[in-house]
Amino acid sequence: MKYKIRSIILIVLTVLAGYFLYASQVGTDGLAARFPFKLGLDLAGGSQLTYEADTSDIPESEVNDRLDSLRQVIEVRISRRLAAGALGVLEANIQQEQSVFASSPRMIVELPGVTDIEQAVEIIGTTPELDFRLVNENASEQATTTEEIFVTTGLTGRFIDRASVQFAGAGGSMQGVREPVVSLRFNKEGAKLFSEITKENIGKPLAIFLDGELKSAPVIRDEISNGEAVISGNFDIDEAKQLVADLNLGALPVPIELVSTQSIGPSLGKETTRADVVAGALGLGLIMLFLIFWYRLPGVVASVSLLGYVAIILVLFKLIPVTLTAAGIAGFILSVGMAVDANVIIFERIKEELRAGKKMKEAFDEGFSRAWSSIRDANISSLIIAVILFWFGTSLVKGFALTFGLGVIVSMITAITVTKAYLYAFAKEERGTVLNFLFGTGIPIISKWRREK
Amino acid sequence: MFIVAYRKIFFTIGALLVALSVFFVIYDGLNLSIEFTGGSVVTISYPEIEPVREQIETAISEVVVDTATIRSVGENGYSIRTRFLEDSERVLLLEALRFGGEFVVIEENFSSVGPSVGAELVKKTFVAIGLASIAIVLFVAFAFRGISKPISSWWYGGIAIIALVHDVLIPTGLFAFLGVVVGAQIDVLFVTALLAILGYSVNDTIIVFDRIREKLKYNEDKKIKQSLEEVVGKSLQQTYARSINTSLTTSLALLALYFFGGQTTQYFALVLLVGVIAGTYSSIFLAGPLLVTVEKVLRKRK
Repeated sequence: MKYKIRSIILIVLTVLAGYFLYASQVGTDGLAARFPFKLGLDLAGGSQLTYEADTSDIPESEVNDRLDSLRQVIEVRISRRLAAGALGVLEANIQQEQSVFASSPRMIVELPGVTDIEQAVEIIGTTPELDFRLVNENASEQATTTEEIFVTTGLTGRFIDRASVQFAGAGGSMQGVREPVVSLRFNKEGAKLFSEITKENIGKPLAIFLDGELKSAPVIRDEISNGEAVISGNFDIDEAKQLVADLNLGALPVPIELVSTQSIGPSLGKETTRADVVAGALGLGLIMLFLIFWYRLPGVVASVSLLGYVAIILVLFKLIPVTLTAAGIAGFILSVGMAVDANVIIFERIKEELRAGKKMKEAFDEGFSRAWSSIRDANISSLIIAVILFWFGTSLVKGFALTFGLGVIVSMITAITVTKAYLYAFAKEERGTVLNFLFGTGIPIISKWRREK
Repeated sequence: MFIVAYRKIFFTIGALLVALSVFFVIYDGLNLSIEFTGGSVVTISYPEIEPVREQIETAISEVVVDTATIRSVGENGYSIRTRFLEDSERVLLLEALRFGGEFVVIEENFSSVGPSVGAELVKKTFVAIGLASIAIVLFVAFAFRGISKPISSWWYGGIAIIALVHDVLIPTGLFAFLGVVVGAQIDVLFVTALLAILGYSVNDTIIVFDRIREKLKYNEDKKIKQSLEEVVGKSLQQTYARSINTSLTTSLALLALYFFGGQTTQYFALVLLVGVIAGTYSSIFLAGPLLVTVEKVLRKRK
C-alpha cells in the first residue's frame, strides 16, 4: 500500500514536471517562461574570442588582481555597447581561464548573437596601454632600445580615474593656437604613486608612453600631489577624443593578444538543435519500445520511470541552469541510453531470484539489494570520468561532462527510488501465470521456439 | 561456459582488431583538427552564383600563401582550412573570395586557433586520458580490495585497463581509417567521446567483476571449492544478458543521434557507438576470461 501511494505521488510529480517543461517552452509569460533552456554558442550562434594575457611584466602577487580588473574592463566595454544598442548580445560571458598547461592566463569572451567576428574584436578593442617611465641613468652610451633607455615606474593607465580633453594655450610664437591635450586624474593609489615619483625625480624628464610609443617627456618641475597630469603629444582633436574615450572605458590593465576565435552562424545552431531534439525523442521512443517488448511489465515500469528521469533532468537543466551545447545534448542522449542500465541490472537480478523459486516480495528485496553494489561501483567509475572531463574542459567538453555526470547521478537515484516504488506497487504475495508472464523476459514466440528446439 | 572454454579465440579476435587499429593509426596517421594543430577554418557559401573552384583556390593562395585545404560543404559552400590567420588576414581572405564584389559571399562559420592553444590541448588530452586511466585502476583495485584469492585485486584493475585500451584503440583506429576515406577529424568532441567510452568500458567491466566478486565471497563463506574458471563462466552467464541489453539501449540512443542528430555530433555518435560495442565485447569476452588466464599462469609459476 505504501508503495502504491508513493507511485501515485511520483507519477503526479512527473506529470507536473512535464507540464512545467511544456509551459516554459510554449508560453511567453508566466512563471515557467522565466526558465528557458540556456543554449551554448554552438546552438544559439555567436562568437567566442580567446585572449592571452601577457603577465610577464607583472609581479606574481598582482596577477590575479590585474586579471580581475581586466575582466571588469571588458565587461564594461561590452555593456556600454549594449546600452548603446549596437549589439544583439543577450548575455555576454567572460571567463578567466588559468590552466597548468598554458604559460599565460586566458580570457575567454563569449558573445551570443554576434556572428560578425570583426564587430566582436572591435568591441573588446585595442589596448591603449599608457605607461609612465623614467630615464635610466645607468644606461650605457650605446643604449638604443627604449627598454634600455627608460625604466618603468609601475604607474600605468590602470590607475587612471578619469581622463578628459582640454585645450592648452601654446606658448611663444604660436600664441593663440590652442592645442588639445589629454588631462588625467589618477585614482588614490595612482595619485600616491605619482606624487612619490615626481617628488624623487624633480628636474628629470618623465616619459609618457602610449602603446609603447613615446608621446611626450615633460620635465618634472615640482612634486605633484593632487593626482593630476596632462599629456600633450601633438594630438589632433579626434585622436585626443578617442584616447580619452578608451582611457575612461578603462585602459586594459594587462596587455592581451587574440589567440583564438570562433564564430557560429545562427542557422547552423538552429538546425543542430532541431535535429538533436528529433534524435533524442526518437532514441527515447526506441528504448521504451525495446524495454516493453523485452521486459514486459517491468519494461513498462522502466519506461515510465525513464520518462520521469528525462523530465527531472530537463527541469534541472532549466533551473540550474546548464548551458546546453551540441556535445551537452549528446551527453544527455547517451545518459538516457545508460540510465536504463540500472533498471536492467535490477530486473535481471529479480528474474534470477524468481527463477530460484522465491516469492515475489522476497525476490524484489533480494534483487534490489544485490544489484546495488554493481550499480554503485559502475556509477562511481562513470562519475570519476565525468569529473576528469569537467576539469579537462574547454567549454564544449564541460557541457558534455556536466550533462553526463548529472545524468549518471539522477539515473541512479531514479532507478533505486522511482523504479522501486512502481515495481513494488505491482508486487503480489501469490504468483499466478499472468504475473509470471508479466515478470518474465523475452519475446514469447522466440522463447517458445527456443524451448521446442 | 563456452566463452571461458574458447577464450583463446576471443582473445585473438580482440588482439587482431586492436592490431588492425594500431596499423591504421600508424599507417594513415591521425587527421587532427585545428583545435590541436592550430590554424583557421573558414566556412563560406555562395548563395547566388558560384565562382569556379580554381578561382577560389587562386584567391586563397594569394592571401594565405601557404597551402590550404578546400572541401565542398553542402550545395554551394566551401570549408577552407589554412594556417592560423590573424583577424586582418581573415578580412582580406573574405574580400578576395568576393572577387571585388562579383560574388556574394556569406561567412557561415569561422574558427581560428593559435598554435599555443593547440599545443596546450594536446598536452591536456594526454594528461586527461592518463589521469582517467590511473583513477580507474585505483578505484577498481579499491572496490575489489575484499578479494585477494585466487588473485589480488590489482589484477582486476589491470585487466580493466587492458579492456579499456582495447575499447579506446578500436574507435581510434576506425577514425584514422575514416580520416583518409571521408576526411573525419580527430577533434575535441572525439576526445570527449573517447573519455566517455573509457567510462562506459569500465562501468561494463565492473558489472561483470562485481558478479565474480559476489560468487567468490559466497564460496568462501560457505567453504565451497570451485575453480575460478567455473566462477567466471557462471558469472558471465548471469551477466551477459544485462551487458547486451544495456549496450543495446545505449546503441539505440546513439543510432538515433547518428542518423537524425545534428551534424556536429554525428561523428561523435559514431565513435561512441563503436566504443560501446567494443566495450561490450571486451567486458564479456576479454575481462572475465583474462582473469582465468592470469590465475592459471600465476599458479603454474608457483
